[in-house]
Amino acid sequence: MMRRLWNWFWTPAARWSLGGLLILGFVGGIAFWGSFNWAMEMTNNEPFCVSCHEMYDNVYQEYRETVHFSNRSGVRASCPDCHVPKEWVHKVIRKVQATNELYHKFIDPSIDTPEKFEAERLRMAKNVWYAMKTTDSRECRNCHKFDYMDLTLQEARSSSNHEQALADGKTCIDCHRGIAHDLPEDAFQVDLDQLVAERGR
Amino acid sequence: MQSLRGATPIDAMDEAPENVRQNTAGLFGRAYRQQPPLIPHRIDGYEIDLKVNKCLSCHDWPGNVEQGAPKVSETHYVSREGIALDHVARTRYFCTQCHVPQANAPALVANTFKNAKEVQ
Repeated sequence: MMRRLWNWFWTPAARWSLGGLLILGFVGGIAFWGSFNWAMEMTNNEPFCVSCHEMYDNVYQEYRETVHFSNRSGVRASCPDCHVPKEWVHKVIRKVQATNELYHKFIDPSIDTPEKFEAERLRMAKNVWYAMKTTDSRECRNCHKFDYMDLTLQEARSSSNHEQALADGKTCIDCHRGIAHDLPEDAFQVDLDQLVAERGR
Repeated sequence: MQSLRGATPIDAMDEAPENVRQNTAGLFGRAYRQQPPLIPHRIDGYEIDLKVNKCLSCHDWPGNVEQGAPKVSETHYVSREGIALDHVARTRYFCTQCHVPQANAPALVANTFKNAKEVQ
């Protein structure tokens, strides 16, 4: 049965023209790509992310108190803006890595109570810090860049710290931890360079 | 008897007071030597809980050296029993119980408060 199907698939077409098949394939390819992308984007928004109670009860509540949720200018960054890269290749890699999150939700629930979540908070935070450190805070740079900053409009310590960070070659995550979610214990003691060295690039 | 509503009757809508912003322009002085200094910078979203203390990340040693921030006074390292500690005493851990952001907020009630210099 399979052999017949296989042979049929690779036999040249008798009644269809090459052009017809190509156009059909082209249109079919667009349809496939579009639906693939549409399906992937369905997992790329805040309502999807917080559909898991582990996220809704913990990090989402913390995020709602922060400047990335509500601020003077009314610009909001939600879950995928910071946690999912916008570039296609990096986005797909992250989506594949997200199967690990599915595992920890459905196969082996590991953070489904507040206590279990707190126990894993440092490890999860380190995952994000590591990703940010190794990509020069790529997701932050979706919106924020040193070049776009008007240092004269910042507070004195902000502008001096940003100037120093630029000179030292620092990246956003070096100083701006706990910007959207509660910090784990000993958050300020974690050395990001050491973290990257431990885990490798 | 007047309350903070002033002369507005109980069944009428009171006007909301104007939002007083924090003044981050300069350093307010202290009214008396022991007054907990006011906070001259924005502290929105600064997390102080049992796990972390954002204030101390810049105002406690060794963070204060790198940041050039005033270190918390030595009184904060003494426990309730008078024992000197190597860390900020837990009775002094929650900064904003005493330290407030500086703002030119009008007095809620007219008063005759005099600072230490004026009283002498």
